[in-house]
This record gives sequence, structure tokens and C-alpha cells, in this order.
Amino acid sequence: MNGPQDLGGQMGFGPVRPEPAEPPFHADWEGRVLGLTLCAGALGLWNIDESRHARESLPPAIYYNASYYEIWLRALEALLAHHQLVSAQELAQGAAEPAPAHPRRLDAAAVPAVLATGSDYLRPLTTQPRFRPGDRVRARNIHPRGHTRLPRYVRGHTGVIEAAHDGFILPDTNAHQRGENPEYLYTVVFDGAALWGPDAEPGLTVSVDAWEHYLEPA
Amino acid sequence: MPHDHHDHDNHLDPMEARTRALETILTRKGLVDPAAIDAIIETYAEKVGPRNGAQVVARAWDDPAFAEWLARDATAAISDMGFTGRQGEHMQAVFNTDTLHNMVVCTLCSCYPWPVLGLPPVWYKSPAYRSRAVIEPRAVLAEFGLTLPESTGIRVWDSTAELRYLVIPQRPANTDGFTRDALADLVTRESMIGTGLPRVPA
Repeated sequence: MNGPQDLGGQMGFGPVRPEPAEPPFHADWEGRVLGLTLCAGALGLWNIDESRHARESLPPAIYYNASYYEIWLRALEALLAHHQLVSAQELAQGAAEPAPAHPRRLDAAAVPAVLATGSDYLRPLTTQPRFRPGDRVRARNIHPRGHTRLPRYVRGHTGVIEAAHDGFILPDTNAHQRGENPEYLYTVVFDGAALWGPDAEPGLTVSVDAWEHYLEPA
Repeated sequence: MPHDHHDHDNHLDPMEARTRALETILTRKGLVDPAAIDAIIETYAEKVGPRNGAQVVARAWDDPAFAEWLARDATAAISDMGFTGRQGEHMQAVFNTDTLHNMVVCTLCSCYPWPVLGLPPVWYKSPAYRSRAVIEPRAVLAEFGLTLPESTGIRVWDSTAELRYLVIPQRPANTDGFTRDALADLVTRESMIGTGLPRVPA
């Protein structure tokens, strides 16, 4: 979706402000939100793509005013409500009736192994890839209403396949519980001038990782 | 400064209350174990951070065979050092050269290689960095105090899929004979994202 998350090339957000010796968290609640998000995700009712879509579906005015952990918290509340794990009334009251532990509740003892394992997003394919390194391709001019990982700033522009990877889960369907539908993934390199015109900075190239159906021969 | 750079993080009290309320609900409903949250926080506050990536870079500087492995199969090479897991499942190492400087961003969210760099800093997740890194990386680098000659190409890697990128900066001069630990001490977080260079030995 052409939502608030699709920031590449936008203007007006001011300077980047590095923070020397930045701590992992700036307030206790940020760590709790990280933990809540990972623990709730471990219940298995949604995947990482659906999580990202919940975040980008926040209204733009809220998204841009929120810190990143606030975005995570609001998206988590939305996912919990959508999957009927928490009711609007419970959220409003901050209270709930006690219940026994969910069978997939992430226990503290399992945390190190779960974090050190992660999730495998590769899905090797037996079909022939459509493109090969060196091929010229155009990022399609598409504007899906749902989740996608093709940023607007490359759509319609021509680049070169630098690397052809194996199949990866397709976020566009996985985010909406319409299946993994793995496709070949490619690293596509664009010249700065192709993306940004004559005022592009000198010597700039930008790459994105694009699923096969995001691309067409150029 | 009365108005510092945490202007995106100044909702502490309402967010603290909202987070506590949600944790209470999820704990009572048996969906979340608060001790698991503690363990997650401890992992990323104390165990998994940019010192991991610094060890990878130092080994690559010190061991050409490892550097070659890292270039060919970063996931396996980094796993060999014990750094695996969430948000680092599929790794790619990108090497700076005399003529090319690499820089990593996630314009669409905040994708970042957690097992080697830990959690991303606030600036990496900020709209300012995410919007500008792809259109004016030289201007962004200048805000980090880094100005590269125009003859040095800049390659920006937008992490739009589940590949996670680790920049391998060039080994600083005058480091012959340095131990791996001494080399790792020169490797900053920013140098592994591409918004900085390693420290130069005194």
C-alpha cells in the first residue's frame, strides 16, 4: 500500500540525528513493547508480514507522530483485536478475566533458543527463474492496496539484476493470510540518475530486493 | 538543549501506562509470560549487540579465507561465529573498497541485522534517515561527519526483503600486527551500517 511507511525519497523530515552511546531502550516501556510483540507473535496467529502491514496501516498522522515502539504497540493492539485475542472492552478497561496459559505461550526458558533460531524465509523453487544477473528489468508501475515490499521510488524505473536469489515467501500474500506463494528474489540495482534525475548525487547506485512479479523485462 | 532529539519519544507517561495495561491483560489471559519479556530485553540489552558484528569484521580483516567465505555465504560464515537467529536468518556481507562505499537502509520499516548489530538505533528507524538515505546519502553521511570524495561511488542497499546486510569496512592503515580484539575495538556500529568508518588507531 502507498502508506506512511513508504518513505524513500520523501522530503521534510529534517536532519538525521545520531545519538552517541545510544542505549538499547530510552524508556522501560520500549523494552516491554519489544517483548510483548515477540511473545504475541510466538502464538503463531500472524506472521512478520502481517505485523508490518498492521504498522503501515496506522493513519499517517499517527504513524509520523509516533516513536517506533509506539508504532509497534499500536499495531500489536490492532493485531490482538483483529485476531480476537483481546477485546476492545478489555483494552479500554486494561483488565481481563484470568485464563490458563495458552498452549503456544512463549516461556522464558525457551526465549534464548527461539531468538537464536529465527524463521527461515527461504522456499527453494524448482521452476526456472525468469531473470538472470545482468538482465535489464523495469520495476512495474503497480499500486497494490494491500501489503507490498516494492517501494514507490523505484516503480517504473529501469535497473539491472545484480543477484538472483532462491525463492522467498511473498509478503504480498503472506501478509493477508493468502499463502506463502514463494517467488524468486532479485537484487536490482538502479542508477541514482535513473531514480532522481539530473540532480542526483554523483556516483550513486541504489538497490532493492524485489520478488519476481515486481519486475518486467526492459 | 530544552528541545533535544527525542521529540519522537516524548510520550513516556501515556505510553508507559498503555504498555503496562496491555501486558497486564495478556499476562492474565495466559498469552504472555512476563519473564519471557524480561529474557528478551536482557538478550538485546546485554548480550546481542554491535560487538558481535565487530568480531565478524575483525576476523574478515585478519583471515582472508574467512573474508572469502563471508563474501560467498555470509549466513554460514557468521553462523560459524555463533551469531544466528531472528532478523539475521539470511545474511549478506557487502565490502567497501577504494572506489565504493556501502550504506544500508530500510525505507519501508526498520529491517536490521539483529544477531550482529543488536537492535537498530533510533536514527536508523527515523523518517529522516529512511527518506533521505536513498536520495541524498552524501548529505546524510555529512551529518555523521563523513565526507567522501565524489570519485567514491556510494551504493545504498534498501533492505526490502528478508536479506540482511552487514557492511564490511576497509581495514584502517597502521594496524599491522593488531590482535583480533584490538581490531574489533576499531569497528563502530555506524561503520557496519555504512554511516561511518572504523576508528583510526591513535
